[in-house]
Amino acid sequence: MQIQSSAPPTPPTSPLNWVQKNLFSTWYNSILTLVCLAVIVWGLSSFISWVVSTAQWEIVGANLRLFFVGRFPHELYWRVWTALGLILSLAGICWGYIVRKSPLFSRTILFGLGALIAAILLLPIELSARLWILAIAIISIVGYAAGRKLPPNISPWLTAAWGLVFIVNLWLIGGGLGLTSVPTNVWSGLLLTLLTAICGIVLSFPFGVLLALGRQSSLPVVRAFSILYIEVVRGLPLIGILFLAQVMLPLFLPPYLRNLDRVLRAIAGLVLFSAAYLAENIRGGLQAIPRGQFEAAKALGLSPPLVVLLIVLPQALKAVIPAIVGQFIGLLKDTSLLSLFGLLELTGISRSILAQPQFLGRYAEVYLFIGLLYWLFCYGMSTASRYLERKLNVS
Amino acid sequence: MSSDQLPITNYLLPITHYHYMKLQKLLRDDRFWQIAGQAIAFLLVVILIALLWDNLTYNLRQLGIQLGFDFLGVQASFDIGETVIPYDPSNSYGQAIFVGLINSLRVVVLGLILATIFGLIFGIAQLSDNWLVQRLAVAYVEIFRNVPLLLQLFFWYFAVFLNLPGIENPIALFGAAYLTGQGVFFPWIEATAGAGIWLVLLLVGIVSAIALWRWRGRVMVERGRAGNQIWYALGSILGAIAIAFILTRSIPFRLNLPQATQGQIEGGLRLSPEFCALLAGLVIYTSSYIAEIVRAGILAVPKGQWEAARALGLKPNRIMQMVILPQALRVIIPPLTSQYLNLAKNSSLAIAVGFPDVYFVASTTFNQTGRAVEVMLLIMMTYLTTSLTISLVMNLYNRSVQIKER
Repeated sequence: MQIQSSAPPTPPTSPLNWVQKNLFSTWYNSILTLVCLAVIVWGLSSFISWVVSTAQWEIVGANLRLFFVGRFPHELYWRVWTALGLILSLAGICWGYIVRKSPLFSRTILFGLGALIAAILLLPIELSARLWILAIAIISIVGYAAGRKLPPNISPWLTAAWGLVFIVNLWLIGGGLGLTSVPTNVWSGLLLTLLTAICGIVLSFPFGVLLALGRQSSLPVVRAFSILYIEVVRGLPLIGILFLAQVMLPLFLPPYLRNLDRVLRAIAGLVLFSAAYLAENIRGGLQAIPRGQFEAAKALGLSPPLVVLLIVLPQALKAVIPAIVGQFIGLLKDTSLLSLFGLLELTGISRSILAQPQFLGRYAEVYLFIGLLYWLFCYGMSTASRYLERKLNVS
Repeated sequence: MSSDQLPITNYLLPITHYHYMKLQKLLRDDRFWQIAGQAIAFLLVVILIALLWDNLTYNLRQLGIQLGFDFLGVQASFDIGETVIPYDPSNSYGQAIFVGLINSLRVVVLGLILATIFGLIFGIAQLSDNWLVQRLAVAYVEIFRNVPLLLQLFFWYFAVFLNLPGIENPIALFGAAYLTGQGVFFPWIEATAGAGIWLVLLLVGIVSAIALWRWRGRVMVERGRAGNQIWYALGSILGAIAIAFILTRSIPFRLNLPQATQGQIEGGLRLSPEFCALLAGLVIYTSSYIAEIVRAGILAVPKGQWEAARALGLKPNRIMQMVILPQALRVIIPPLTSQYLNLAKNSSLAIAVGFPDVYFVASTTFNQTGRAVEVMLLIMMTYLTTSLTISLVMNLYNRSVQIKER
């Protein structure tokens, strides 16, 4: 006879029950709830009254362009839009490819679409920008739908496509090779923030892999150098590394390279910094690989470099993708430090906007606005990566 | 010429072939590659350093700068906004940097303590069974973790602490503390004449309390008698206090309340807006990370531990304190250490709000003297020492909370 197991009967939950169970279960919970309610009501009401009456949001509306693309020439905006479109459509394809087994329209996607439409309608932007946003949204939704139809063995191509998009975007933004070149000293705003963060993580990748392998190596000299580099960089504050890159790097370079421009020096500093942390993350992945994998690869007759390249690294890198996303979020936040060295990325450009004579002293509005921008990026990315991780683990 | 005389190449061939075989053998030998690999790596690093050094000496010669730390003895001639030890612009660069170092340590030590407390509170609150408390804690963590620290510092400094009303009409908190745009004033204590005796006696009392506590604990475990640890320890401390009071006939401190009178505030402890902004930013940012670590650590304790403790009849706060937290600590300490290191390193952002910490003073020194290499070395030494000290202390602590296997 088979025993049928069934869940215990759940008592019907009314809103009153829920409140009683979750807010007023014991006397100290009741006190906590009341205190929290008081704090929330007081905080929210004073914040909302500040937002509505005291705050003057003209500074944000009037400088929206500066916040996003800074002093990028107006007639070349189409290049920035195209770059954004490339990234988002490929992201749509990848997203569709990864979640191809779940239903087409989930609540989150519909909510996101609603927010997008509201943004297009409500934001005080010019008509061309609205059209661009609309076009990019349509392309990425088409990409999402197309990504769901892709065959399952396409992921190496998607990785390659990301590399291609990175290079094409650098070309679109920097110019040259047939496009009007845009010098790095006009790169600014959110554009520069994203550019430095992405360049930082991408360019530090090979160094990070080499350092991680070096630290795991059986050769004492290589190991010692790797450990020395990683530990020294991790012991220093980023501001110190950037100081090194801005002030000392020119002293260590040959004379013909001495006037390397500021943005490149900043990226060099970020790469030096990020490589050490990336190496530690990748080392975690390397350590997570069972010994049997090494031994099996050796038994197949692969030489040590091939064992690392074909067997160990692919598995290790796959295991540390969440950690790398986390590091990228950290790096995105860390790019704000570049403003201390005179770069006009998002934080830097908002400081120069705050220096405009007609908007003196409107610190709270500007810092809240760019804080919201940073928050959207960081929180969005960490939520998305957690979601994808769950998806990938399930399948 | 005889016909059996072979051409000379035929004599050489076996030798070269022999060498060739040997080379082949060598190239297939792992030990050779291990040594050669290290030699190549070493050579590459040496060549890189030599090239950089060559460029450096060339560039410094062009700029007319000589390497050396003798500039540390030269008069600094810049003022430092707030100092703990006496300092004036006629002191040397070395002393200025030392003053900055003490300022840094002040922020870091206070920040570590406060960030730990806040992190613990919000970490536990994230697991609260009270829905509102839990949501509030999650919101706190998600908001402050995802905004750059530098931006938070700017916000606290420019939009909050500098924006407070002037010293003429301060915001009073319970009539004891005052918030003004020129600083925050707290009640503080001042030592009286007998403070030294009090301190010594209190120390003796605390040490003997610890000894008594341990002794009673042993008695409790070995002989199965009532321990009464709390009473013994309290008695020891109270006894010390009583003796100190009889000897000095006064309490050891005077309360120094800040007084607001005619556009001035006197007395109390003044914390500058720079210090407050830096401390607020560091504590809130770091505590949001610590809260996540604490949450993960508590979740890592198996559910059976909760249930067993509840079955023994312990109250919820005793369960947390005596069963869950000690086990969660094992998971919490290693990531907590790296957050402590981050806080110490992030304190260098003081330069953004103008608080004179060691990095700020060092960078002023660089601006005045142009000694990039030496200043960078000083900064490196300072932060590496701080980091090493923190990780050493935390590793010792970590060893003490790990599972002791018999």
